[in-house]
Amino acid sequence: MHTRDFWLADAPVDLAPLRRRVQHDRAGAFASFEGWVRNHNEGRPVHGLRYESYVALAEDEGAKVIAEARAKFDLCGALCVHRIGDLAIGDMAVWVGVTAAHRGAAFDACRWIIDEIKDRVPIWKHERYADGDAGWLHPETTRGTDA
Amino acid sequence: MSTVHLLYFASLRDAAGAGGEAWTTEAIDLRALYVELQARHGFVLPVERLRVAVDGAFARWTDPVRAGSEIAFIPPVSGG
Repeated sequence: MHTRDFWLADAPVDLAPLRRRVQHDRAGAFASFEGWVRNHNEGRPVHGLRYESYVALAEDEGAKVIAEARAKFDLCGALCVHRIGDLAIGDMAVWVGVTAAHRGAAFDACRWIIDEIKDRVPIWKHERYADGDAGWLHPETTRGTDA
Repeated sequence: MSTVHLLYFASLRDAAGAGGEAWTTEAIDLRALYVELQARHGFVLPVERLRVAVDGAFARWTDPVRAGSEIAFIPPVSGG
């Protein structure tokens, strides 16, 4: 089991150990977010995708996001795991788990973490479309869009 | 003249046809280096949409090109 607060996983992730990592006697609230691979993007049917990363920088930047969340919100625990490699429709691409004494901080920090991860961490999505086309996503901005 | 090791990711890697290369340059800073490589590989993304990292840490486009460093061009990210 990892001891870091953010890491990249090249295989499906077991959630039970992740939940245990953020458990705390002081925690009265647990908020989590899962990003899943959906079957469409901007109106195009998607068959599957691949995530690529600059692993060393991504794990460093992801850890900074979690550390900043801990400084910004009153948390008990915070953790994020992001998949890399080939994923199928319905697969979990990212998991964020946050615990706090009360639900407000847990919800707020969970949302803040996934927004920062999407904005800052060097991970790229390569989608394969139903029509045989494929391509990298390099969005103008990720803020305010769906997961 | 400085020889550096370059890393390319996502669409930049596809355009360059490789994940990285050794490159000798006279570029005065990282911005000039990217512009030079844009011409070489036909990178479509303008420098304004990228970030740059040196030896595993984010850097500034105005930083000088240090011989022996590992330079990564970071296209807009799409994790999550």
